[in-house]
Amino acid sequence: MGLAVFVGCAFIAFGPAFALFTLTVAVDPLRIIILVAGSFFWLVSVLLGSLVWFVGVQLSDRGNPSLQSGLLVFGAAVSVLLQEAFRFANYKLLKKADQGLASISEDGRSPISLQQMAYVSGLAFGLISGAFSGVNILTDSLGPGIVGIHGDSPHFFITSAFLTMALVLLHTFWGVIFFDACERGKWLAGMGVVVSHLVTSALTFLCPWYETSLVPIYLLTAGTAAWAFSTAGGSVRTLQRCFTCKQKIDDRVVVYSALQAPSED
Amino acid sequence: MRCPITNESNNREARHEGVSVERDSTADSEDEEMSLKYGAKHVIMLFVPVTLCMIVVIATIKSVSFYTEKGGQLIYTPFTEDTTSVGQRLLNSVLNTLIMISVIVVMTIFLVVLYKYRCYKFIHGWLILSSLMLLFWFSFMYLGEVFKTYNVAMDYPTLALVIWNFGAVGMVCIHWKGPLQLQQAYLIMISALMALVFIKYLPEWSAWVILGAISVYDLIAVLCPKGPLRMLVETAQERNEPIFPALIYSSAMIWMVGMTEHSAVQQPSHQETNSDEEVGQSHHDNTEDNRNVVVPETEVHGAQSRTTSAVELEEERGIKLGLGDFIFYSVLVGKASATASGDWNTTLACFVAILIGLCLTLLLLAIFKKALPALPISITFGLVFYFSTDNLVRPFMDNLAAHQFYI
Repeated sequence: MGLAVFVGCAFIAFGPAFALFTLTVAVDPLRIIILVAGSFFWLVSVLLGSLVWFVGVQLSDRGNPSLQSGLLVFGAAVSVLLQEAFRFANYKLLKKADQGLASISEDGRSPISLQQMAYVSGLAFGLISGAFSGVNILTDSLGPGIVGIHGDSPHFFITSAFLTMALVLLHTFWGVIFFDACERGKWLAGMGVVVSHLVTSALTFLCPWYETSLVPIYLLTAGTAAWAFSTAGGSVRTLQRCFTCKQKIDDRVVVYSALQAPSED
Repeated sequence: MRCPITNESNNREARHEGVSVERDSTADSEDEEMSLKYGAKHVIMLFVPVTLCMIVVIATIKSVSFYTEKGGQLIYTPFTEDTTSVGQRLLNSVLNTLIMISVIVVMTIFLVVLYKYRCYKFIHGWLILSSLMLLFWFSFMYLGEVFKTYNVAMDYPTLALVIWNFGAVGMVCIHWKGPLQLQQAYLIMISALMALVFIKYLPEWSAWVILGAISVYDLIAVLCPKGPLRMLVETAQERNEPIFPALIYSSAMIWMVGMTEHSAVQQPSHQETNSDEEVGQSHHDNTEDNRNVVVPETEVHGAQSRTTSAVELEEERGIKLGLGDFIFYSVLVGKASATASGDWNTTLACFVAILIGLCLTLLLLAIFKKALPALPISITFGLVFYFSTDNLVRPFMDNLAAHQFYI
């Protein structure tokens, strides 16, 4: 407990997300707007999911703990499905926005590509999902207390931080894969994302048996990362090129007329 | 406090990645193609100060307990909420709201009348008095509470020096000339201070009802033909004058090469546009112990900018947003963080809701190209998200977090 735990867990949970945000999103205003819009969609989806759960709780017998936990699992599953539905809605909106931006731009091309939008949208879902899951826990870690005094795991904070980080990254990857699947009509990939999300959420239900929850989730994260990377057009070769910093040399001769005079504005 | 949002990006400077901006004087057909008068850059130019203001308010609320303690009520909300029955409490809060809104309406109409009859000196004096109050008295109180919270020992001479410098530079920056970013920082700080005062002195339910009512009023006042703010805008447009700059947040600098005479006269600050900018300002001065003083109220309200007659105009125009909007956004988010048992979830949800509302309002501004109220959409989203997150999402997320389930 205390500042060390807070800072450590905060950076574990949100470090990659904030690095991604600062380096890729914060530089472009349009991406920031897409980020906020994505967060909004996630919020609405969670709102509806909570509504479903709340109605279920109100209608059920409060005194029955197994029913309540069953209802919680059901609520979580509904929430996951709603999140994916709103991811699809986000895709539809961004597609329209893409077309709108292309139509009002000078050269008929949108200033941001759909893949970039997919990445930003995924990051948005990840950030807001991680924030909702993690920030309350982080603020509790600042205060006084003893973790696991009633027999629960004493590793609550650090495992929560790792789970949050995994979730943030997973949402980013799912965003990329899902948008690509919607764009190209690869329904199998889309279903794969939904199933993957359900599996991740189900794995967290095995907490605090962390060997079965944390390790598979990280394996899933790595797998999804590779899938998203190849969806976005990456391959082993591009990785090699990136790490050896080789520049692609363009041998084409530039035709003089293709040069444009600098615009006067 | 109305939100006047004005877009004044009217130039090539406002280009963003291919969304170019055309001059106003183009033909209608070209206007149809270039339907966005500004790009994403201007939205971010407003996101940043709104976010900063909210962060200041939230940080203060979370650390300085003074602003969450009950310390009496404003004279504008005389009915207490410590009643036994829910119905009585609701009635009291509605009555409080009615009184508050009528005060605001009266003040706005008073301001419009003053402006119509060109009583500029009176208005300026009013504004200067309000900013004096905010910059000196409220910041003194704020510093005092911060020192108390962190147990910092401070002597009066040092404090006097600090407050004097802070206030004097603030007055100069806001009412006269100063670096744009310093002026923006001061405006954010006074909005945050005002919001904190509201958060402290408005009773719970009254605050929410007032937020709702003032968005409705904003909508009416800015859009109805006989609305006071709309009349303010139109009067200023007719006279081709900028309105009072002191209580409107401007995101960009204007360098004018060849302005019309009138615009140069009104406000010498160089972030004024020569366009029809109307600013009404709303302002409440409240003392700590319920004895209420003045209430200069002005509303900020902006209008669309027009090109001037001068040909070589170099303009870096930006978006303007009234300080009233900053204040009410921060009140909503501050109240959410102060009273919600969902803690950070509710605050985050309200924050995102307000930003999205602002984004949508700016989009509408780009499409309709006239002065729009910035409060309704954001406050509606904010209120909806506050109540739903606090009552629905919070128990759900708490239950999940307790078992370390993730969705």
